[in-house]
Amino acid sequence: MTPLSVSIAGAIASFVLVLVVLELIRSRRLRERYALLWLATGIVLTVLSAWREGLNTIAGWLGVRSYPPAVLFAVGILFILAVLLHYSTVISRLSDQNVLLAQRLALLEQELHEAN
Amino acid sequence: MRVSETVATAAPPTVDARLREIRRVAIVPALNEEHSIGRVIDELRAFDPGLDVVVVDDGSVDGTSRAAAAAGARVLRLPFNLGIGGAVQTGFRFAFEQDYDVAVRVDGDGQHDPAQLGRVLEPVLRGDADIVVGSRFASGLPSGYRSSRSRRIGIRLLAAIVSRIVGQRVTDTTSGFQALNREGIALFARDYPHDYPEVEATVMVFRHRLRLLEVPVEMRERGGGRSSITALRSIYYMVKVLLAIFVGLFRRDVVPREGSE
Ligand SMILES: Nc1nc2c(ncn2[C@@H]2O[C@H](COP(=O)(O)OP(=O)(O)OP(=O)(O)O)[C@@H](O)[C@H]2O)c(=O)[nH]1
Ligand SMILES: [Mg+2]
Repeated sequence: MTPLSVSIAGAIASFVLVLVVLELIRSRRLRERYALLWLATGIVLTVLSAWREGLNTIAGWLGVRSYPPAVLFAVGILFILAVLLHYSTVISRLSDQNVLLAQRLALLEQELHEAN
Repeated sequence: MRVSETVATAAPPTVDARLREIRRVAIVPALNEEHSIGRVIDELRAFDPGLDVVVVDDGSVDGTSRAAAAAGARVLRLPFNLGIGGAVQTGFRFAFEQDYDVAVRVDGDGQHDPAQLGRVLEPVLRGDADIVVGSRFASGLPSGYRSSRSRRIGIRLLAAIVSRIVGQRVTDTTSGFQALNREGIALFARDYPHDYPEVEATVMVFRHRLRLLEVPVEMRERGGGRSSITALRSIYYMVKVLLAIFVGLFRRDVVPREGSE
């Protein structure tokens, strides 16, 4: 069984993550679109930390007998990987768009120059 | 700087006299709608020849821009796809900067019938509303508009939630068939949600104490092209919109500061 202190600390930390994400959306520093994965991370980790029997059962399925909280780390790392991968695709799209914008601006400036 | 003066005298007598005296623009978002955009523009002209038509081409990969220009519309061509919210807001910014008095928003896929614009415009022209939304469900009659069961449930659910929040009955929070006066244009030019904007925009309108009214309209089946709403996207849609609405309720400064996009 997971030590109670680990469950409490895990649940609090994950819940704080949820609150921070919500506050960032509220203050318009984070768009909903990019917050969803973070929220999912926070909620899943909160649930897994607080629901001790659940964590135990899942650890059993995965063959983790000695230390169930290892499942928490694994799930956390998986979500962080998903967020990072998602952001990599977002950055790729942004850089493509940035190139396009710069090109359009150059063409436009040239056209404007020609027109004068 | 104004792009052109509306040729008020060109309007035939069938056009509402109140319309003839003001500068009016139709904002038409279009993503790959080359087959329907021409007809939409023609029908807008048929409703009111003095209506300036601005098509916002949201990064189409087909001949949407060409077809729109050929039909005599002004085309704002975005360098890449911004999504419907960003696209429509481009039109609102245009309308705001060009000092239009009234704007209507009509989809480029031909689902909104410009012949019904008179009804949608009426409350704005009368001065009873800042924003009017053409609703598929306001009449209470079974509407000719068909869509999947899950989608109808989603639309209903959102309508119920939004009605509770704003304290006024709204039946169709996802309709893009709208008319706005100068106040409405100014608000949306300044702040408009990015993806799937209509639901959040409805709540926003009330928080800014603007007056929103619904009028019943009939919507048609898609004239061509295909719908952007797939099963997976509609889940994202619901989650994103609900999150945005509820978090938005806790905002005190409802207007973003300049540059805090
Ligand atoms: N989907 C989508 N539509 C866009 C975008 N930019 C502009 N549009 C236009 O916005 C209008 C509404 O899009 P639709 O996909 O028809 O959405 P809808 O009318 O709510 O859904 P349907 O009832 O299935 O047609 C159309 O005229 C599109 O061409 C975009 O990025 N995505
Ligand atoms: Mg449509």
